[in-house]
Amino acid sequence: MTYHNPPTTPRKSWTFDDYTLSEIRRAAATGIYDIRGGGAKRRVPHFDDLLFLGASISRYALEGYREKCSTSVTLGTRFAKKPIELKIPITIAGMSFGALSAQAKEALGRGATIAGTSTTTGDGGMTPEERGQSQTLVYQYLPSRYGMNPDDLRKADAIEVVVGQGAKPGGGGMLLGQKISDRVAEMRNLPKGIDQRSACRHPDWTGPDDLEIKLLEIREITNWEKPIYIKVGGTRPYYDTALAVKAGADVIVLDGMQGGTAATQEVFIENVGLPTLACIRPAVQALQDLGMHRKVQLIVSGGIRTGADAAKALALGADAVSIGMAAMAALGDNDPSLNEEYAKLHTAAGSYDDWHEGRDPAGITTQDPELSKRLDPVKAGRRLANYLKVMTLEIQTVARAAGHNNIHNLEPEDLCALTLEAAAMARVPLAGTNWIPGQGQGGL
Amino acid sequence: MRTIDLATTPLRALNEDLHRQKDGANEAKWEVLNPRGAHAVAAGVDAPISVDVKGSVGYYCAGMNKKAAITVHGSAGPGVAENMMSGKVVIKGDASQYAGATGRGGLLVIEGNASSRCGISMKGIDIIVKGNIGHMSAFMAQSGSLVVLGDAGDALGDSIYEAKLFVRGKVKSLGADCIEKEMRPEHHEALGKLLEQAGFTGVKSSEFKRYGSARKLYNFNIDNADAY
Repeated sequence: MTYHNPPTTPRKSWTFDDYTLSEIRRAAATGIYDIRGGGAKRRVPHFDDLLFLGASISRYALEGYREKCSTSVTLGTRFAKKPIELKIPITIAGMSFGALSAQAKEALGRGATIAGTSTTTGDGGMTPEERGQSQTLVYQYLPSRYGMNPDDLRKADAIEVVVGQGAKPGGGGMLLGQKISDRVAEMRNLPKGIDQRSACRHPDWTGPDDLEIKLLEIREITNWEKPIYIKVGGTRPYYDTALAVKAGADVIVLDGMQGGTAATQEVFIENVGLPTLACIRPAVQALQDLGMHRKVQLIVSGGIRTGADAAKALALGADAVSIGMAAMAALGDNDPSLNEEYAKLHTAAGSYDDWHEGRDPAGITTQDPELSKRLDPVKAGRRLANYLKVMTLEIQTVARAAGHNNIHNLEPEDLCALTLEAAAMARVPLAGTNWIPGQGQGGL
Repeated sequence: MRTIDLATTPLRALNEDLHRQKDGANEAKWEVLNPRGAHAVAAGVDAPISVDVKGSVGYYCAGMNKKAAITVHGSAGPGVAENMMSGKVVIKGDASQYAGATGRGGLLVIEGNASSRCGISMKGIDIIVKGNIGHMSAFMAQSGSLVVLGDAGDALGDSIYEAKLFVRGKVKSLGADCIEKEMRPEHHEALGKLLEQAGFTGVKSSEFKRYGSARKLYNFNIDNADAY
């Protein structure tokens, strides 16, 4: 009998995996870093790692569907003459006309209005479509100031000064030439077809003392009527929250690294910023230390997908949550029914993220008139409204199960964590223990 | 003439009064006394009125101005006439950082010097500075004209888009993608009109050099990465 040495099974490197190698080849071939839309795709500790404890003998549950559980939220009670009243604690995050088609912006406005919540402009100014279809519209005040003017500022229901966002804290906007159509170019005062990289810092203020004066100016121009939000990416949430309060924010929007963007460098999305779960408790602690929790409202965004995620964010101390990518999915982004067309773009439903190329078969992240027409704003708006209502029901379901007649009564004591990391970040006990890792270590 | 004394009247009352003025307003002439460096003086005005501020102002004076003619008889703090839409703002003294930032229209005249980042991200405004301007002026300037009778600091016009820059004196250095360009007849004509509007007589357009975008960084190319 002849003995053959057994062959060695081909072994792939964990370090140099298929994706990493493909990125090296792509960089070598193209000479440009990867640009894509969306948020961090890597696995990070998230709301999935938390559980609600529910009620039993020690907690008294409320009857589902029969006993009331309030969901409304008021934003901007600190300085604004006209705070915003929302029926649900879920808002639609800022997404620009330019990044999205006019149809998609209209659909977001329609869906949000049916559900009783707000939508938000983006880095490109306010379009008549979104103002017309949004009962409550938040107007973003961005470093680029594209389309900025006092008339639109006064037409807004609230103003969001964007300092940063979770997908790229410290980075500016990016809209590549393919999407700079005539209308987008005109709104932004830019030549058609250029690769537009907007500034990462505001042009006329630098630190929190300047920002305080900037907010004074905006308030003077708008008669102190509008709530002013300050949006920050998740980086140093304790200090950023404290400084935003100092600068005079009515509302703070805190966006973790899973929060989406229309387009930025992959290296930025995956390697800069904090997971959403790690942002909330330091921000709430800053508000509590300043005696401003519930006086300056906190909106959390970045990877919110379900009512459970929203309920967990509320329990950790947020007043509301904001959704962007989930809202796009509700409109029809990355729908498997488009798989044949995604295949032509060398991708698949669930993975399509080349939003900057403007070839979205769903008609959402494009300025191509033919593709944009595919999205029916009325039907898509209805889908978004349905989704928002389901999320709200889910939040109520969890809140009632925890014995609360108001979703804002959810609290950290309703939660436990499945992993050490999540327990430390959310500052709730590891399931089945009373151990909160990291407490007493002075972490912010 | 309506006179408001900021030593005795709150800023809010001044701006509320000014915002009440609309086209065809009876009270077309306003005078503001004792500004004492107050911020956001006459911000958000939207009427063809004239406002004379008798003293120096803090941040964001005449911010987002529409239609009004606002004159500061003193110096202005950072961000004067930021995001101005139309009208005319004149600073008799010096202006601090970010003068005319993101301005979309109208004319800003600074009779003294302007500090750094003058005309940053300008989007259609015309700015004329009788003295010198500081570093990083006209950064990412998109459209409009910046005219400087004196000298310009470092990195003028860095990452500029389609704005036109005219400098009579020396330019310490040009920023990324900003180059000197030929003064063609249409530029002499446009510059002459701007000088006339600002009331700067005895200055010829032929004394200026024009700067603008080389347009090499409009679309990304890895071989230009060291330019950033």
